[in-house]
Amino acid sequence: MSIILEVEDLRIRRGGVQVLELPYFSMNAEEKVGIVGPNGAGKSSLLLGLACLIERASGRIRFQGAEVSPGVEIAYRRRIAVVFQEPLLFDTTVLDNVAEGLRIRGTGRGEARDIARDNLELFKIGHLAGRSAHKLSGGEAQRVSLARAFAVRPELLLMDEPFSSLDLPTRIVLAEDLGRILHESGTAAIIATHDRIEAFHVVERLVVMEGGKIIQEGTPDEVMAHPANAFVAAFRRTTGAG
Amino acid sequence: MELIFDGIRTALFLIFSFDRDVLEVTLLSLEISCSATLISLCVGIPSGVFLALSDFPGRRLFISLVNTGMGLPPVVVGLFVTLFLWRSGPLGFLEILYTPAAMILAQAVIATPIVTGITIASIQNLPANLKLQVRALGATPLQTVWILVREARLPLLAAVMAGFGGVISEVGASIMVGGNIKGQTRVLTTATVMETGKGNFDVAIALSLILLGLAFGVNYLLTVIQQRERPR
Repeated sequence: MSIILEVEDLRIRRGGVQVLELPYFSMNAEEKVGIVGPNGAGKSSLLLGLACLIERASGRIRFQGAEVSPGVEIAYRRRIAVVFQEPLLFDTTVLDNVAEGLRIRGTGRGEARDIARDNLELFKIGHLAGRSAHKLSGGEAQRVSLARAFAVRPELLLMDEPFSSLDLPTRIVLAEDLGRILHESGTAAIIATHDRIEAFHVVERLVVMEGGKIIQEGTPDEVMAHPANAFVAAFRRTTGAG
Repeated sequence: MELIFDGIRTALFLIFSFDRDVLEVTLLSLEISCSATLISLCVGIPSGVFLALSDFPGRRLFISLVNTGMGLPPVVVGLFVTLFLWRSGPLGFLEILYTPAAMILAQAVIATPIVTGITIASIQNLPANLKLQVRALGATPLQTVWILVREARLPLLAAVMAGFGGVISEVGASIMVGGNIKGQTRVLTTATVMETGKGNFDVAIALSLILLGLAFGVNYLLTVIQQRERPR
């Protein structure tokens, strides 16, 4: 399988402190990678850095074999999608929220809304299309956020703890739906998570981070069987794995 | 009390008989204050958005100046606009002192910091990561600004209301740069001051009621738009 994303010597500094040091990282097309680690491990910085949403101190990112230089960052971001911890929906209807990424790319209103409707159905929230996005439950809002990300047909989806603020039953259902949709669509994805449910439903490879560095990689079962640090051990214990 | 009732009676008569002088003063007030508000929006919203989203040395100083400007005393504005427009002043060549244009300029100077300050607060009150989300959707810098302004549109309507409210009711600057010339620069506030000075309380009350009605009408209209805009 071809490499979709390749990163070399990525370093990110925030507030004068180095928060990420990544000598090498790559992922294949259609691969789903989970990133776990304690708060401050560098998971969010890695995702923001990969999306070129924060300045990098050094490093090269290659996407589908082409270097992502400052001049092509917007074009690059139009081929990927990012889902944040908060849904960050716009003050308009659910339908127009999902259509927004397409509108930004120049798609006409009618076509964008048609695609948005399909994606709302994909996430089982077609009935919410006309509702104000600011009057949704947490689970509904996060489904809208995911539908908005999928609507642009991203080649790579980056997700930063998307379900962390949801209750357990909602999280389980959403993780199952997301895993199914990701596999059916063949979308490559990186998901930062604190949650083994997300990790096991969605990802094929788990990356453990600590202090801004990757300290372990493997399948979820391998990582759980041989935890590299106390966080992973606790992660395994609290969720009853292994 | 009788004086007040007489005033209200006269006011109603002047309003419903479409008294020519009162109508002229009312329309000129609206024209000047609406023009000044429009100018302040054209200057204040882009400036506010820039100050809210940018990061440069001295930005906090600029924001402090804007916040101070939100409480600019109209007489001080009137004084400096007069000095600038005076025949020997830096803008004397424009020859607009004691004209409606001078009054629009003075009122725009009063309203612009109000609009700018509220714009800064509106944009900064948006969720911290919203800008990142918009950029993550692939927006260009211009699209990002447009979407953020759109997201802040309801508080920005408050900026319009505050800007208009600040200038329709001010008298100090208008009287200084306009001169309260009948048929040329006389507006509701300056006429009210003059009629009160002359002891014509009934006319002054009439003008005040019209002024209040005007301020309420414009704000009511903006409030209706603001509330209708919010999706249910």
